[in-house]
Amino acid sequence: MQLTIAHLKRGEKAIIVDVSSVHIPLKLLEMGCLPGNDVMLVQVAPFADPMYLNINGSHLAIRKETALHILIEKIG
Amino acid sequence: MSKQINVALIGNPNTGKTSVFNALTGLNQKVGNYPGITVEKKEGICKLPRGLKAHIIDLPGTYSLNASSLDENVVIELLLNKNDKDFPDVAVVVSDVENLKRNLLLFTQIKDLEIPSLLVINMADRMKYKGISLDIDYLEKQLKTKIALVSTRKKQGIDNLKQLIINYKDLSTECCLNASEIDVDYFNKLRKAFPNQLLYKLWLVITQDVNFGKTTRQEIEAINGFKTKSEGDLKRLQQKETIKRYQFINNVLKKGQDIDVSQAKDLRYRLDRILTHKVWGYVIFMFILLTIFQAIYDWSSVPMDFIDSAFASLSEWIKNSLPGGALTNLIAEGIIPGLGGIVIFIPQIAFLFLFIAILEESGYMSRVVFLMDRIMRRFGLSGKSVVPLISGTACAIPAIMATRNIENWKERLITILVTPFTTCSARLPVYLIIISLVIPEGRILGLSYQALTLMLLYLIGFTAAIVSAYILDKILKIKSKTFFVVEMPNYKLPLLKNVALTVVEKTKSFIFGAGKIILAISIVLWFLASYGPGKEFNNAEEIMTKEYASQDLTEDEFQQKIGSYKLEHSFIGITGRAIEPAIRPLGYDWKIGIALISSFAAREVFVGTLATIYSVGNDDEDTIKNRMAGEVNPILGGPLFNFASGVSLLLFYAFAMQCMGTLAVVKRETNSWKWPILQLVVMTGFAYVVALIAYQLLK
Repeated sequence: MQLTIAHLKRGEKAIIVDVSSVHIPLKLLEMGCLPGNDVMLVQVAPFADPMYLNINGSHLAIRKETALHILIEKIG
Repeated sequence: MSKQINVALIGNPNTGKTSVFNALTGLNQKVGNYPGITVEKKEGICKLPRGLKAHIIDLPGTYSLNASSLDENVVIELLLNKNDKDFPDVAVVVSDVENLKRNLLLFTQIKDLEIPSLLVINMADRMKYKGISLDIDYLEKQLKTKIALVSTRKKQGIDNLKQLIINYKDLSTECCLNASEIDVDYFNKLRKAFPNQLLYKLWLVITQDVNFGKTTRQEIEAINGFKTKSEGDLKRLQQKETIKRYQFINNVLKKGQDIDVSQAKDLRYRLDRILTHKVWGYVIFMFILLTIFQAIYDWSSVPMDFIDSAFASLSEWIKNSLPGGALTNLIAEGIIPGLGGIVIFIPQIAFLFLFIAILEESGYMSRVVFLMDRIMRRFGLSGKSVVPLISGTACAIPAIMATRNIENWKERLITILVTPFTTCSARLPVYLIIISLVIPEGRILGLSYQALTLMLLYLIGFTAAIVSAYILDKILKIKSKTFFVVEMPNYKLPLLKNVALTVVEKTKSFIFGAGKIILAISIVLWFLASYGPGKEFNNAEEIMTKEYASQDLTEDEFQQKIGSYKLEHSFIGITGRAIEPAIRPLGYDWKIGIALISSFAAREVFVGTLATIYSVGNDDEDTIKNRMAGEVNPILGGPLFNFASGVSLLLFYAFAMQCMGTLAVVKRETNSWKWPILQLVVMTGFAYVVALIAYQLLK
């Protein structure tokens, strides 16, 4: 199964491997959500939605439905 | 050289751009609007050494030149239009030392426009704390610019920045990377078709389909039969462009920036573990709200009492010291009580703006967005709707403008429609005076009944907002793509200067905005109340003499009878009594009716109106509150403002749409009269029904 950001647990780190350009707005890409960049899940709201991430040094929150379209590979 | 240097401050949100602006301009700033749109335009003058001056514009925060909102459009429109009188001689790009990587994306885009640009790296005082070191020489060379390390908090680097602004002619206008490599063929064709145009500018025009200056996308397509690409292809190219820019930035920072993670202390994560916690996050949020309301109530009571009695004495003093006549009466009975009705609320409104400014400045507001998103979504709103709903407690007009960063149109529209339910500061005067009249004093668990009632009214407003959002979500059939990105900025201790400037600016515009309307209305009301048609008004003295001839009245009592008889037969009395049947079931008399009608200009006019009506023909020195307390219900006897009519009035003001300014801004933001009219009819109708039920149950 292909892992996405939605599969991360709190405190876990990963590398972004692919981003679906149909589902992901340009603004999110511009904030650093691009293949090759690292991502860490900082905090989740109740029901794991939205998710508070550290992507490439930028701290931002996105909804789970968006997180499902960002493919990752876990580190370690 | 006497020419002013035009400077544009550009930067991502949360980089402290406004702090830099405040540091450069101090009090020499003004806030207005861009013509035709409701985007806030901040500009100021900065005195430079050698007698030079800079005209500085603080442009809206944006993450990139690919605009996705009206505010961001302002930035590109200015940067692409060389003929604009504000077109910058120099672009000052403000970045935050902790988010340099992301902030540089915008910088590389601006460089591509070949405008002389210099880079401010702000919050430099945090470098040591975060273990960051920078090779400024290397960065300046690679980015082809000059860099100013600035700390607005420690007041460092501002003089150096001013020096760099003076020498703007030395700045390079070379691009830092060649973005056209993403599709060489395509850009070569573009260059051939438009040899005289800037390539990146054309690219922005093509990808964004907005009208910049004179060149439009249609024109580009029409000339030389140049074919643009499909939407999907363009989006893929934009993605490629972004990746390319980041590759460049990563390479530059690899050598120019060093972050020693072992040195970094992270307060953010420790604070966020509590402040965004599943349980404690919400508890703390509620606690903060409760504290704010209690503080607004407690802290402002002393200055308010002082203002109230000061205006009463002023009115009395003018009456005694100026020669009698219509003009003196107009001032003493019309203008001063009317203005007093608004000035008295300065303390509370200032405190409200103070708290909102602190929540925004500290970075806490984004945590609230994060916590509330899931809950708000159930009601068809977004977590970002919380910001308009909270700042709506100050004023619905800026709150509705703040919905612009909600990406989803349906969520945004619903937020716009329900925001006027939140208790704005214009309702506060009405609530406060009625609460103090009808709610007993006393405390429970250290909180006063009156403060709790106020809190309850805020909750009622908020509940009305989310329930109607839920209903609208079910009714409105709008399909729009959802997406939601919110930056979680670092926690910052709010800068006193920023907070103070915000509070002063907002309070001033509130007071002067409302003050003008109130002044005009007080004058009109005074005339309408002081003159009347027909013989009843003009012969009041004779009629009263006849009627009370048999009774033994003192001179004072007799004068009062004449006064109230005159008022009843004045223009305003006649109008008021004509609408009285409609509001009688709600527990109001015709005087309140007049106040209700004038409230449609702006709610806070209510108190001023009553103050004006009650003081016409009344010689005593008295406060507004005492006059209201002394009003007697003409039919039932007993005080006019009792528990039942008081609650009914509170509820009417909680729900009714009585603000022309809000209606105008809703029209502008939704581009249709349909939505403001819907708000006016539905909200006011609902308010009438609720107030009716409340009065009939409680009387």
